Amino acid sequence: MDFKGSETIPGPRTEDQLPHTAEAAAKIVIVGGFGVGKTTMVGSVSEIKPLTTEETMTQAGVGVDDNFGSASKTATTVAMDFGRIKITEQLVLYLFGTPGQERFWFLWNGLFEGALGAVVLVDTRRLEVSFDVMGRLEERGVPFVVAVNTFPDAPRYPVADLRTALDLSEDVPIMDCDVRRRASSRDVLITLMRFLHSLAMTGSRT
Amino acid sequence: MTPPQRQRRSPQEDPPPQPAQDKKEAERPNPERLYVVAGADGNRADLDLVTLIVASVEDPPHSATPEQAALLRLCAAPLSVAELSAYLSLPFGVVTVLLTDMLAAELVQARAPIVRKALPDRSLLEAVMHGLQRL
Ligand SMILES: Nc1nc2c(ncn2[C@@H]2O[C@H](COP(=O)(O)OP(=O)(O)OP(=O)(O)O)[C@@H](O)[C@H]2O)c(=O)[nH]1
Ligand SMILES: [Mg+2]
Repeated sequence: MDFKGSETIPGPRTEDQLPHTAEAAAKIVIVGGFGVGKTTMVGSVSEIKPLTTEETMTQAGVGVDDNFGSASKTATTVAMDFGRIKITEQLVLYLFGTPGQERFWFLWNGLFEGALGAVVLVDTRRLEVSFDVMGRLEERGVPFVVAVNTFPDAPRYPVADLRTALDLSEDVPIMDCDVRRRASSRDVLITLMRFLHSLAMTGSRT
Repeated sequence: MTPPQRQRRSPQEDPPPQPAQDKKEAERPNPERLYVVAGADGNRADLDLVTLIVASVEDPPHSATPEQAALLRLCAAPLSVAELSAYLSLPFGVVTVLLTDMLAAELVQARAPIVRKALPDRSLLEAVMHGLQRL
C-alpha cells in the first residue's frame, strides 16, 4: 500500500462530523460466532455508514507489522466493523462487531476491558458457535445480554430452555431480535443498558 | 428437540488490566519507532479505539509527514482513533504510533474514553438509554 496524499483521503461527511462539544465516547461490543448477524446489527443501528478498522498480526501472534503494510510476509489482517450513535452533544456511543475468534481480541487495546457491556448474538440453528465467546466474557467479567437473531428456518426454543442450555443465571436478559431492523437492534441495546443499570443498582458484579 | 448445552465460566482471578487512559505526556518521539512497532512498545500512548482525537492546530507544520497532515485534517472535528484508522485505511496500531508523536508535539489532543468501572455510572447509562430511545 502506498500512502496517498492527504488531500485524497475522504473523511466523514459534513453531517457525520461530531460537534466540538463531544467530550467522551463509550463502547459496546457485539459478539457471536460466524455469521450470526454482527455486521448486520452494527449497520442497522449505526447513524454513520459502518466503518472498518483493521489490525495486522504476524504469524507469531505478537508483533504488529507496520511499514504501512509494505513488508508483510506472514501478516494476517483482522478486520472489525463498527458504527456510531451520537447520544448527546457531549457523549458518543460506538458499537464494535467483533470477530468471533477470540485469539484476535488482544489486538485492540482495551476492546473488552473498557466496553460498557456486550451483546451476544446467537443463531438457534448453531447455538454452540456463540458458546466460547460467552465464556470469554464471563472470564473477563464483561456483562452481556443474549439476543437470539431469528432466522426463518431456525428452531424456536422457549426462553427457559435457552437459559438452561446457555447456563445463564435468571438475571441475564435473553430476547429475540431481527438484527436487520433498526428498532429491533435498538431494543437490544436498550435492554443491555437497563441490565447494566440494574447491576449498578445491586452492585452485584465487578 | 433439545439445544446443545453450554457450561458457564467464572471470572478469572486476575483483575482485567486497567482500561486505557490517555497519557498526554508521551515520551519524546523516537523516529525509529515507526519501523519497529511491536505490541509491547512501552513508548506508545495508551489510546483506546474510542479515544476522541481533536486537532489543536489548524494547519500542519512544515515538518509534518503526509500521514500526520492527513490525520490533522480528519480530526478538525473530534474523531475516534477507530474512525481515523478506518478513513486512513491504516491498522489501528499504526495510527496509535502516529498519534503518539502528534500528542507529544501538541498537534492534537486526546479525550479519554468512558470505560466500564466496577461500579457503573448510573447517570451515564440513563443518558445512553434516552439517547437510544430517540433512534
Ligand atoms: N433471514 C435473516 N437473515 C439474516 C439476519 N441477520 C443476518 N442475516 C443474514 O445472515 C448473513 C450473515 O450476517 P452478518 O451480519 O454478515 O453476520 P456476521 O456475524 O457479521 O458474520 P461474520 O462477520 O462472517 O462472522 C448475511 O447474509 C445476513 O444478510 C436475520 O435476522 N434474518
Ligand atoms: Mg461480520
